[in-house]
Amino acid sequence: MDLIADRGRRVTVEELNTTRLLAHARKQAVQRKFDDLLIVDVDAHHYENEHMSEILPFMENDVLKQITMGGRATTRRSIMPSQAGFTQDMGGRVTRYPMRGSEKTDSNGKHRDIQLGERWMDAMSVDYSCLFPTGMLNIGMHPQKEMEVELCWAYNRWLTEKVLPESNNRFFSMLCIPFSDPEASLRHVETFGDRKGVGGFMVTTVRHLQVNDNAYMKVYRAMEERGLVLSFHSGPSWSEPVFRACNRFLSVHALGFSFYNILHCTNWVINGMGERFPKLPVVWIESGLAWVPFLMQRLDHEYMMRPSEAPVLKKKPSDYMRDMFYSSQPMEIQDYEAMECTFRMINAETQLLYSSDYPHWDFDLPSTIYDLPFLSEKAKHNILGGTAARLFKLPPRNAAQKANLEKFGNLTAAA
Amino acid sequence: MAEQFVGKFSEFKDGDRRIIFVGDNEIGVFRHDGRFYAYSNYCLHQGGPACEGLTIAKVEERLRPDKTSEGLFFSDTEMHFVCPWHGYEYDMKTGECVSDRKLKLRSYKIVEKGDEVYVVA
Repeated sequence: MDLIADRGRRVTVEELNTTRLLAHARKQAVQRKFDDLLIVDVDAHHYENEHMSEILPFMENDVLKQITMGGRATTRRSIMPSQAGFTQDMGGRVTRYPMRGSEKTDSNGKHRDIQLGERWMDAMSVDYSCLFPTGMLNIGMHPQKEMEVELCWAYNRWLTEKVLPESNNRFFSMLCIPFSDPEASLRHVETFGDRKGVGGFMVTTVRHLQVNDNAYMKVYRAMEERGLVLSFHSGPSWSEPVFRACNRFLSVHALGFSFYNILHCTNWVINGMGERFPKLPVVWIESGLAWVPFLMQRLDHEYMMRPSEAPVLKKKPSDYMRDMFYSSQPMEIQDYEAMECTFRMINAETQLLYSSDYPHWDFDLPSTIYDLPFLSEKAKHNILGGTAARLFKLPPRNAAQKANLEKFGNLTAAA
Repeated sequence: MAEQFVGKFSEFKDGDRRIIFVGDNEIGVFRHDGRFYAYSNYCLHQGGPACEGLTIAKVEERLRPDKTSEGLFFSDTEMHFVCPWHGYEYDMKTGECVSDRKLKLRSYKIVEKGDEVYVVA
Protein backbone atom coordinates (compact mmCIF):
# COMPACT_ATOMS: atom_id res chain seq x y z
CA MET A 1 0.00 0.00 0.00
CA ASP A 2 1.06 3.61 -0.32
CA LEU A 3 1.58 6.01 2.52
CA ILE A 4 1.62 9.69 1.76
CA ALA A 5 4.69 11.43 3.08
CA ASP A 6 7.17 14.12 2.16
CA ARG A 7 4.90 16.74 0.63
CA GLY A 8 2.62 14.18 -0.90
CA ARG A 9 5.22 11.82 -2.35
CA ARG A 10 3.81 8.34 -2.10
CA VAL A 11 5.92 5.81 -0.26
CA THR A 12 5.15 2.22 -1.10
CA VAL A 13 5.34 -0.09 1.86
CA GLU A 14 4.56 -3.76 2.19
CA GLU A 15 1.48 -4.93 4.01
CA LEU A 16 1.68 -4.76 7.76
CA ASN A 17 2.89 -7.87 9.52
CA THR A 18 3.13 -7.43 13.27
CA THR A 19 5.64 -10.25 13.70
CA ARG A 20 7.94 -8.65 11.14
CA LEU A 21 7.42 -5.14 12.50
CA LEU A 22 8.39 -6.38 15.96
CA ALA A 23 11.32 -8.56 14.85
CA HIS A 24 13.69 -6.43 16.93
CA ALA A 25 11.48 -6.93 19.98
CA ARG A 26 11.80 -10.68 19.49
CA LYS A 27 15.56 -10.30 19.24
CA GLN A 28 15.60 -8.42 22.55
CA ALA A 29 13.46 -11.12 24.15
CA VAL A 30 15.85 -13.88 23.04
CA GLN A 31 18.94 -11.93 24.16
CA ARG A 32 17.45 -11.40 27.60
CA LYS A 33 15.92 -14.89 27.94
CA PHE A 34 12.47 -13.38 28.46
CA ASP A 35 10.78 -16.70 27.83
CA ASP A 36 12.12 -17.78 31.25
CA LEU A 37 10.31 -14.88 32.95
CA LEU A 38 6.59 -14.75 33.40
CA ILE A 39 5.70 -11.46 31.71
CA VAL A 40 2.26 -9.95 32.19
CA ASP A 41 1.16 -6.91 30.22
CA VAL A 42 -1.58 -5.23 32.26
CA ASP A 43 -2.56 -2.77 29.53
CA ALA A 44 -2.81 -3.84 25.89
CA HIS A 45 -5.44 -2.82 23.41
CA HIS A 46 -7.51 -3.91 20.49
CA TYR A 47 -9.66 -1.90 18.10
CA GLU A 48 -13.13 -2.99 19.04
CA ASN A 49 -14.56 -0.25 16.82
CA GLU A 50 -13.63 -2.46 13.86
CA HIS A 51 -16.01 -5.14 15.14
CA MET A 52 -19.12 -3.11 15.92
CA SER A 53 -21.23 -5.33 13.71
CA GLU A 54 -20.35 -8.21 16.07
CA ILE A 55 -20.76 -6.17 19.25
CA LEU A 56 -23.96 -4.20 18.72
CA PRO A 57 -26.29 -7.23 18.48
CA PHE A 58 -25.50 -7.85 22.16
CA MET A 59 -27.25 -4.61 23.14
CA GLU A 60 -30.30 -5.34 25.28
CA ASN A 61 -32.60 -2.45 24.51
CA ASP A 62 -34.28 -2.95 21.15
CA VAL A 63 -34.75 0.75 20.44
CA LEU A 64 -31.18 1.73 21.22
CA LYS A 65 -29.94 -1.27 19.28
CA GLN A 66 -31.99 -0.21 16.28
CA ILE A 67 -30.66 3.32 16.52
CA THR A 68 -27.05 2.13 16.41
CA MET A 69 -27.49 -0.60 13.84
CA GLY A 70 -29.97 1.01 11.51
CA GLY A 71 -29.95 3.94 9.15
CA ARG A 72 -27.05 6.32 8.96
CA ALA A 73 -25.62 5.05 12.22
CA THR A 74 -24.24 2.06 10.33
CA THR A 75 -21.26 4.25 9.49
CA ARG A 76 -20.50 3.74 13.19
CA ARG A 77 -19.26 7.30 13.52
CA SER A 78 -22.21 8.28 15.64
CA ILE A 79 -21.96 5.39 18.08
CA MET A 80 -18.89 6.17 20.13
CA PRO A 81 -17.78 9.60 21.28
CA SER A 82 -15.05 10.62 18.87
CA GLN A 83 -12.18 13.00 19.28
CA ALA A 84 -11.34 15.41 16.48
CA GLY A 85 -7.66 16.23 16.22
CA PHE A 86 -6.46 12.98 17.75
CA THR A 87 -3.73 12.21 15.23
CA GLN A 88 -2.22 9.32 17.16
CA ASP A 89 -0.43 8.05 14.06
CA MET A 90 1.43 11.35 13.48
CA GLY A 91 0.37 11.63 9.89
CA GLY A 92 1.26 8.01 9.17
CA ARG A 93 4.72 8.14 10.73
CA VAL A 94 3.63 5.35 13.10
CA THR A 95 2.88 3.05 10.22
CA ARG A 96 0.90 0.37 12.03
CA TYR A 97 -2.07 2.75 12.28
CA PRO A 98 -2.76 3.43 8.59
CA MET A 99 -1.60 -0.08 7.60
CA ARG A 100 -3.58 -1.99 10.22
CA GLY A 101 -6.26 -3.02 7.78
CA SER A 102 -3.69 -4.55 5.43
CA GLU A 103 -2.50 -7.16 7.92
CA LYS A 104 -3.59 -10.66 6.98
CA THR A 105 -4.80 -13.18 9.53
CA ASP A 106 -5.47 -16.88 9.18
CA SER A 107 -8.96 -18.11 8.44
CA ASN A 108 -8.64 -20.71 11.17
CA GLY A 109 -11.69 -19.54 13.06
CA LYS A 110 -9.73 -17.78 15.77
CA HIS A 111 -10.80 -14.17 16.21
CA ARG A 112 -8.66 -11.67 14.29
CA ASP A 113 -7.91 -9.63 17.41
CA ILE A 114 -6.62 -12.72 19.20
CA GLN A 115 -4.39 -13.62 16.28
CA LEU A 116 -2.96 -10.11 16.13
CA GLY A 117 -2.53 -10.07 19.89
CA GLU A 118 -0.66 -13.35 19.91
CA ARG A 119 1.75 -11.95 17.32
CA TRP A 120 2.81 -9.00 19.43
CA MET A 121 2.78 -11.01 22.65
CA ASP A 122 5.01 -13.68 21.15
CA ALA A 123 7.35 -11.04 19.75
CA MET A 124 7.73 -9.38 23.15
CA SER A 125 7.62 -12.66 25.06
CA VAL A 126 4.52 -11.51 26.91
CA ASP A 127 2.70 -14.46 28.46
CA TYR A 128 -0.56 -12.78 29.45
CA SER A 129 -2.19 -9.53 28.37
CA CYS A 130 -5.00 -7.57 29.91
CA LEU A 131 -6.99 -6.56 26.87
CA PHE A 132 -8.66 -3.16 26.85
CA PRO A 133 -10.70 -1.48 24.13
CA THR A 134 -9.65 1.69 22.31
CA GLY A 135 -12.70 3.72 21.28
CA MET A 136 -14.60 2.60 24.36
CA LEU A 137 -12.08 4.50 26.49
CA ASN A 138 -14.12 7.57 25.52
CA ILE A 139 -17.39 6.06 26.68
CA GLY A 140 -17.57 8.39 29.67
CA MET A 141 -18.04 11.28 27.25
CA HIS A 142 -21.19 9.80 25.74
CA PRO A 143 -24.03 12.27 26.20
CA GLN A 144 -26.56 9.49 26.87
CA LYS A 145 -26.17 7.54 30.09
CA GLU A 146 -28.41 4.73 28.85
CA MET A 147 -26.30 4.36 25.72
CA GLU A 148 -23.14 4.11 27.82
CA VAL A 149 -24.79 1.30 29.76
CA GLU A 150 -25.91 -0.52 26.62
CA LEU A 151 -22.56 -0.23 24.84
CA CYS A 152 -20.60 -1.42 27.88
CA TRP A 153 -22.98 -4.33 28.27
CA ALA A 154 -22.71 -5.32 24.60
CA TYR A 155 -18.93 -5.00 24.54
CA ASN A 156 -18.51 -6.99 27.74
CA ARG A 157 -20.76 -9.79 26.54
CA TRP A 158 -18.98 -9.94 23.18
CA LEU A 159 -15.54 -9.86 24.78
CA THR A 160 -16.24 -12.53 27.38
CA GLU A 161 -18.30 -14.79 25.10
CA LYS A 162 -16.65 -14.45 21.69
CA VAL A 163 -13.11 -13.13 22.08
CA LEU A 164 -11.47 -14.13 25.36
CA PRO A 165 -12.52 -17.81 25.09
CA GLU A 166 -10.41 -18.10 21.92
CA SER A 167 -7.23 -16.83 23.53
CA ASN A 168 -6.15 -20.05 25.23
CA ASN A 169 -6.33 -18.12 28.52
CA ARG A 170 -3.53 -15.74 27.48
CA PHE A 171 -5.85 -12.72 27.37
CA PHE A 172 -7.83 -11.49 30.30
CA SER A 173 -9.57 -8.20 30.89
CA MET A 174 -10.76 -5.68 33.40
CA LEU A 175 -14.13 -4.91 31.93
CA CYS A 176 -15.39 -1.43 31.20
CA ILE A 177 -18.19 -0.44 33.61
CA PRO A 178 -20.82 2.20 32.80
CA PHE A 179 -19.69 4.47 35.58
CA SER A 180 -22.31 7.12 34.87
CA ASP A 181 -24.90 4.67 36.21
CA PRO A 182 -23.90 3.12 39.57
CA GLU A 183 -26.81 0.63 39.54
CA ALA A 184 -25.84 -0.59 36.09
CA SER A 185 -22.21 -0.74 37.15
CA LEU A 186 -23.19 -3.03 40.01
CA ARG A 187 -25.17 -5.23 37.63
CA HIS A 188 -22.06 -5.50 35.43
CA VAL A 189 -19.96 -6.63 38.38
CA GLU A 190 -22.58 -9.14 39.47
CA THR A 191 -23.10 -10.49 35.95
CA PHE A 192 -19.57 -10.57 34.61
CA GLY A 193 -17.46 -10.68 37.76
CA ASP A 194 -17.26 -14.45 37.94
CA ARG A 195 -16.73 -15.05 34.23
CA LYS A 196 -13.55 -16.66 32.98
CA GLY A 197 -10.93 -14.14 31.95
CA VAL A 198 -12.35 -11.32 34.05
CA GLY A 199 -9.71 -10.05 36.46
CA GLY A 200 -11.62 -6.98 37.51
CA PHE A 201 -13.30 -3.86 36.23
CA MET A 202 -12.10 -0.64 34.67
CA VAL A 203 -13.34 2.91 35.04
CA THR A 204 -12.53 5.11 32.07
CA THR A 205 -11.32 8.31 33.65
CA VAL A 206 -12.34 10.98 31.16
CA ARG A 207 -15.24 11.97 33.38
CA HIS A 208 -16.29 14.56 35.93
CA LEU A 209 -17.95 12.20 38.40
CA GLN A 210 -16.71 11.85 41.96
CA VAL A 211 -15.34 8.36 42.54
CA ASN A 212 -16.06 8.80 46.25
CA ASP A 213 -19.81 9.30 45.74
CA ASN A 214 -21.88 7.15 48.10
CA ALA A 215 -23.63 5.60 45.11
CA TYR A 216 -20.45 3.71 44.18
CA MET A 217 -19.77 2.05 47.53
CA LYS A 218 -21.85 -1.00 46.68
CA VAL A 219 -19.98 -1.33 43.39
CA TYR A 220 -16.57 -1.31 45.07
CA ARG A 221 -17.80 -3.66 47.78
CA ALA A 222 -19.04 -6.12 45.16
CA MET A 223 -15.60 -6.11 43.55
CA GLU A 224 -13.79 -6.49 46.85
CA GLU A 225 -16.00 -9.37 47.92
CA ARG A 226 -15.21 -11.21 44.69
CA GLY A 227 -11.46 -10.68 44.94
CA LEU A 228 -11.46 -8.55 41.81
CA VAL A 229 -9.24 -5.63 40.84
CA LEU A 230 -10.46 -2.08 40.25
CA SER A 231 -8.55 -0.08 37.67
CA PHE A 232 -8.73 3.47 36.39
CA HIS A 233 -7.65 3.73 32.76
CA SER A 234 -6.77 7.27 31.85
CA GLY A 235 -7.02 9.15 28.59
CA PRO A 236 -6.94 12.61 27.09
CA SER A 237 -9.80 14.86 26.04
CA TRP A 238 -9.44 17.92 23.87
CA SER A 239 -13.02 18.86 24.61
CA GLU A 240 -12.20 19.28 28.28
CA PRO A 241 -12.53 23.05 28.76
CA VAL A 242 -9.08 23.52 30.27
CA PHE A 243 -7.44 21.62 27.41
CA ARG A 244 -9.03 23.83 24.81
CA ALA A 245 -6.12 26.06 25.67
CA CYS A 246 -3.77 23.52 24.05
CA ASN A 247 -2.97 23.80 20.34
CA ARG A 248 -1.09 20.54 19.84
CA PHE A 249 -2.05 16.91 20.32
CA LEU A 250 1.28 16.36 22.10
CA SER A 251 0.22 18.81 24.79
CA VAL A 252 -3.27 17.38 25.29
CA HIS A 253 -1.88 13.85 25.38
CA ALA A 254 0.97 14.64 27.77
CA LEU A 255 -1.28 16.47 30.21
CA GLY A 256 -4.56 14.63 29.80
CA PHE A 257 -3.40 11.12 30.64
CA SER A 258 -1.91 12.32 33.90
CA PHE A 259 -4.59 14.89 34.66
CA TYR A 260 -7.56 12.55 34.90
CA ASN A 261 -5.77 10.02 37.08
CA ILE A 262 -4.48 12.82 39.30
CA LEU A 263 -8.05 14.06 39.64
CA HIS A 264 -9.64 10.73 40.50
CA CYS A 265 -6.73 9.48 42.61
CA THR A 266 -6.98 12.64 44.70
CA ASN A 267 -10.65 12.00 45.44
CA TRP A 268 -9.98 8.33 46.07
CA VAL A 269 -7.23 9.02 48.59
CA ILE A 270 -8.58 12.09 50.38
CA ASN A 271 -11.96 10.44 50.95
CA GLY A 272 -10.32 7.44 52.56
CA MET A 273 -11.33 4.82 50.05
CA GLY A 274 -8.23 2.87 51.01
CA GLU A 275 -9.60 2.66 54.56
CA ARG A 276 -13.08 1.71 53.37
CA PHE A 277 -11.94 -1.04 50.98
CA PRO A 278 -8.56 -2.22 52.26
CA LYS A 279 -8.70 -5.50 50.37
CA LEU A 280 -9.66 -4.01 47.02
CA PRO A 281 -6.57 -3.80 44.78
CA VAL A 282 -6.59 -0.54 42.80
CA VAL A 283 -4.50 0.03 39.67
CA TRP A 284 -3.89 3.41 38.01
CA ILE A 285 -3.31 2.83 34.32
CA GLU A 286 -1.51 4.66 31.52
CA SER A 287 -0.53 7.92 33.11
CA GLY A 288 3.19 7.28 33.19
CA LEU A 289 4.86 7.48 36.58
CA ALA A 290 6.14 11.03 37.04
CA TRP A 291 2.77 12.22 38.33
CA VAL A 292 2.80 9.89 41.32
CA PRO A 293 5.61 11.55 43.34
CA PHE A 294 4.13 14.93 42.43
CA LEU A 295 0.73 13.99 43.82
CA MET A 296 2.17 12.28 46.89
CA GLN A 297 4.02 15.45 47.82
CA ARG A 298 1.10 17.78 47.08
CA LEU A 299 -1.44 15.76 49.05
CA ASP A 300 0.85 15.09 52.02
CA HIS A 301 1.71 18.77 52.23
CA GLU A 302 -1.92 19.87 52.33
CA TYR A 303 -3.06 17.01 54.57
CA MET A 304 -0.58 17.96 57.28
CA MET A 305 -2.30 21.35 57.55
CA ARG A 306 -5.91 20.35 56.90
CA PRO A 307 -6.51 16.88 58.44
CA SER A 308 -10.05 17.94 59.34
CA GLU A 309 -10.94 17.75 55.65
CA ALA A 310 -9.76 14.15 55.36
CA PRO A 311 -10.90 12.66 58.67
CA VAL A 312 -11.15 9.06 57.41
CA LEU A 313 -7.40 8.91 56.88
CA LYS A 314 -5.24 7.14 59.45
CA LYS A 315 -1.98 7.80 57.67
CA LYS A 316 -0.62 10.21 55.08
CA PRO A 317 -2.06 10.29 51.55
CA SER A 318 1.23 9.05 50.14
CA ASP A 319 0.98 5.95 52.33
CA TYR A 320 -2.36 5.09 50.76
CA MET A 321 -0.91 5.77 47.33
CA ARG A 322 1.89 3.31 48.11
CA ASP A 323 -0.75 0.68 48.86
CA MET A 324 -2.05 0.94 45.30
CA PHE A 325 -0.64 -0.26 41.99
CA TYR A 326 0.55 1.60 38.91
CA SER A 327 1.01 0.45 35.34
CA SER A 328 4.40 1.39 33.95
CA GLN A 329 3.67 2.80 30.51
CA PRO A 330 4.37 5.41 29.17
CA MET A 331 7.44 5.45 31.37
CA GLU A 332 9.26 8.78 31.34
CA ILE A 333 12.82 7.67 30.60
CA GLN A 334 14.64 10.95 30.10
CA ASP A 335 16.17 11.22 33.57
CA TYR A 336 17.19 7.96 35.24
CA GLU A 337 17.90 9.63 38.58
CA ALA A 338 14.39 11.09 38.70
CA MET A 339 12.97 7.74 37.69
CA GLU A 340 14.92 5.92 40.40
CA CYS A 341 13.46 8.35 42.93
CA THR A 342 9.98 7.65 41.56
CA PHE A 343 10.52 3.91 41.85
CA ARG A 344 11.60 4.33 45.47
CA MET A 345 8.62 6.55 46.31
CA ILE A 346 6.03 4.17 44.88
CA ASN A 347 7.66 0.97 46.18
CA ALA A 348 7.98 -0.19 42.61
CA GLU A 349 9.26 -3.59 43.61
CA THR A 350 5.82 -4.52 44.89
CA GLN A 351 3.47 -1.91 43.36
CA LEU A 352 4.55 -1.41 39.74
CA LEU A 353 3.06 -3.51 36.94
CA TYR A 354 4.60 -3.70 33.47
CA SER A 355 2.34 -2.56 30.65
CA SER A 356 2.99 -2.17 26.93
CA ASP A 357 -0.10 -0.31 25.71
CA TYR A 358 0.56 -2.02 22.39
CA PRO A 359 -0.42 -1.35 19.63
CA HIS A 360 -0.83 2.30 20.55
CA TRP A 361 1.80 4.76 19.40
CA ASP A 362 3.75 5.18 22.65
CA PHE A 363 4.06 1.53 23.63
CA ASP A 364 6.84 0.20 25.88
CA LEU A 365 8.68 -3.09 25.47
CA PRO A 366 9.54 -5.32 28.47
CA SER A 367 13.19 -4.24 28.01
CA THR A 368 12.25 -0.74 29.23
CA ILE A 369 11.94 -2.34 32.68
CA TYR A 370 14.52 -5.09 32.37
CA ASP A 371 17.34 -2.78 31.26
CA LEU A 372 16.96 -0.24 34.08
CA PRO A 373 20.35 -0.08 35.78
CA PHE A 374 19.06 0.51 39.31
CA LEU A 375 16.63 -2.41 39.65
CA SER A 376 17.33 -5.63 41.53
CA GLU A 377 16.62 -8.97 39.88
CA LYS A 378 13.67 -9.44 42.22
CA ALA A 379 12.25 -6.06 41.25
CA LYS A 380 12.59 -6.83 37.55
CA HIS A 381 10.81 -10.15 37.92
CA ASN A 382 8.08 -8.68 40.11
CA ILE A 383 7.40 -5.70 37.87
CA LEU A 384 7.46 -7.63 34.62
CA GLY A 385 5.00 -10.23 35.80
CA GLY A 386 5.38 -11.62 39.31
CA THR A 387 3.21 -9.02 41.01
CA ALA A 388 0.54 -9.20 38.30
CA ALA A 389 0.60 -12.99 38.48
CA ARG A 390 -0.26 -12.70 42.17
CA LEU A 391 -2.96 -10.11 41.57
CA PHE A 392 -4.68 -11.94 38.72
CA LYS A 393 -3.76 -15.51 39.76
CA LEU A 394 -1.90 -16.33 36.57
CA PRO A 395 0.08 -19.59 36.46
CA PRO A 396 3.55 -20.00 34.90
CA ARG A 397 3.69 -21.25 31.32
CA ASN A 398 6.91 -23.24 31.58
CA ALA A 399 9.26 -24.76 34.16
CA ALA A 400 11.74 -21.86 34.08
CA GLN A 401 8.96 -19.38 34.79
CA LYS A 402 7.75 -21.55 37.65
CA ALA A 403 11.24 -21.64 39.14
CA ASN A 404 11.56 -17.87 38.84
CA LEU A 405 8.17 -17.27 40.42
CA GLU A 406 9.18 -19.57 43.26
CA LYS A 407 12.55 -17.86 43.64
CA PHE A 408 10.98 -14.44 44.11
CA GLY A 409 8.03 -15.56 46.22
CA ASN A 410 5.32 -15.14 43.60
CA LEU A 411 4.35 -18.73 42.86
CA THR A 412 1.94 -19.70 45.61
CA ALA A 413 -0.47 -16.90 45.02
CA ALA A 414 -0.17 -17.13 41.25
CA ALA A 415 -0.68 -20.80 40.56
CA MET B 1 35.38 -4.24 8.45
CA ALA B 2 34.33 -5.70 5.12
CA GLU B 3 32.52 -4.31 2.14
CA GLN B 4 28.96 -5.63 1.91
CA PHE B 5 27.16 -5.46 -1.41
CA VAL B 6 24.09 -3.21 -1.27
CA GLY B 7 22.90 -3.20 -4.86
CA LYS B 8 23.38 -1.89 -8.37
CA PHE B 9 23.61 1.87 -8.56
CA SER B 10 21.42 1.85 -11.64
CA GLU B 11 18.67 0.02 -9.75
CA PHE B 12 18.78 2.41 -6.78
CA LYS B 13 16.40 5.27 -7.51
CA ASP B 14 16.46 8.50 -5.59
CA GLY B 15 14.28 8.01 -2.51
CA ASP B 16 14.95 4.26 -2.39
CA ARG B 17 16.10 2.49 0.75
CA ARG B 18 17.39 -0.99 1.47
CA ILE B 19 18.07 -2.90 4.65
CA ILE B 20 21.34 -4.85 4.61
CA PHE B 21 21.91 -7.72 7.01
CA VAL B 22 25.46 -8.19 8.20
CA GLY B 23 25.54 -11.06 10.66
CA ASP B 24 23.29 -9.95 13.51
CA ASN B 25 23.54 -6.34 12.47
CA GLU B 26 21.12 -4.44 10.25
CA ILE B 27 21.99 -1.36 8.24
CA GLY B 28 19.60 0.95 6.43
CA VAL B 29 20.95 2.41 3.18
CA PHE B 30 19.15 5.42 1.71
CA ARG B 31 19.65 7.26 -1.55
CA HIS B 32 18.57 10.84 -1.14
CA ASP B 33 19.26 13.76 -3.47
CA GLY B 34 21.83 11.72 -5.36
CA ARG B 35 23.85 10.71 -2.29
CA PHE B 36 23.94 7.53 -0.25
CA TYR B 37 23.56 7.40 3.53
CA ALA B 38 23.86 4.31 5.72
CA TYR B 39 22.81 4.00 9.37
CA SER B 40 22.20 1.39 12.02
CA ASN B 41 18.65 0.07 11.77
CA TYR B 42 18.26 0.01 15.56
CA CYS B 43 16.42 3.02 16.96
CA LEU B 44 18.17 4.68 19.90
CA HIS B 45 14.87 4.75 21.78
CA GLN B 46 13.65 1.16 22.16
CA GLY B 47 15.50 -0.60 19.35
CA GLY B 48 12.84 -0.32 16.66
CA PRO B 49 13.64 -0.62 12.95
CA ALA B 50 14.69 3.02 12.64
CA CYS B 51 15.35 2.94 8.90
CA GLU B 52 12.19 1.13 7.85
CA GLY B 53 9.61 3.86 8.30
CA LEU B 54 8.58 6.93 6.38
CA THR B 55 10.98 9.44 4.92
CA ILE B 56 9.40 12.81 5.38
CA ALA B 57 10.58 16.40 5.33
CA LYS B 58 11.28 18.19 8.58
CA VAL B 59 8.32 20.15 9.91
CA GLU B 60 9.18 23.77 10.58
CA GLU B 61 7.27 26.53 12.26
CA ARG B 62 8.13 29.80 10.61
CA LEU B 63 8.21 32.86 12.80
CA ARG B 64 7.84 36.39 11.49
CA PRO B 65 10.20 39.17 12.66
CA ASP B 66 7.61 40.21 15.23
CA LYS B 67 7.77 36.63 16.66
CA THR B 68 4.25 35.71 15.57
CA SER B 69 3.84 32.30 14.00
CA GLU B 70 3.25 31.98 10.30
CA GLY B 71 2.24 28.34 10.74
CA LEU B 72 3.67 24.92 9.94
CA PHE B 73 5.59 24.09 6.78
CA PHE B 74 7.63 21.25 5.34
CA SER B 75 11.33 22.08 5.06
CA ASP B 76 12.75 22.54 1.58
CA THR B 77 16.17 21.30 2.63
CA GLU B 78 16.00 18.87 5.55
CA MET B 79 14.78 15.32 5.11
CA HIS B 80 14.04 12.95 7.97
CA PHE B 81 13.45 9.25 8.28
CA VAL B 82 11.14 8.05 11.03
CA CYS B 83 11.23 4.96 13.22
CA PRO B 84 7.84 3.32 12.67
CA TRP B 85 7.55 2.06 16.25
CA HIS B 86 7.21 5.41 18.06
CA GLY B 87 8.00 8.16 15.59
CA TYR B 88 11.58 9.04 16.58
CA GLU B 89 12.83 11.20 13.70
CA TYR B 90 16.40 11.17 12.35
CA ASP B 91 18.18 13.65 10.09
CA MET B 92 18.89 11.93 6.77
CA LYS B 93 22.23 13.67 6.29
CA THR B 94 23.66 13.15 9.79
CA GLY B 95 21.74 10.34 11.51
CA GLU B 96 21.09 12.67 14.43
CA CYS B 97 17.89 12.27 16.43
CA VAL B 98 16.22 15.58 15.68
CA SER B 99 14.64 15.86 19.14
CA ASP B 100 18.06 15.60 20.79
CA ARG B 101 20.97 15.93 18.42
CA LYS B 102 23.39 14.54 20.99
CA LEU B 103 21.86 11.18 20.07
CA LYS B 104 23.11 9.86 16.77
CA LEU B 105 22.65 6.59 14.93
CA ARG B 106 25.86 4.79 14.03
CA SER B 107 26.70 5.64 10.43
CA TYR B 108 28.48 3.49 7.89
CA LYS B 109 30.69 4.39 4.95
CA ILE B 110 29.35 3.80 1.46
CA VAL B 111 31.67 2.83 -1.39
CA GLU B 112 30.64 3.03 -5.05
CA LYS B 113 32.53 0.82 -7.49
CA GLY B 114 31.36 1.29 -11.03
CA ASP B 115 27.69 0.36 -10.99
CA GLU B 116 27.88 -1.34 -7.61
CA VAL B 117 27.22 0.10 -4.17
CA TYR B 118 28.82 -1.31 -1.00
CA VAL B 119 28.51 -0.52 2.68
CA VAL B 120 31.57 -0.92 4.88
CA ALA B 121 30.59 -2.78 8.04
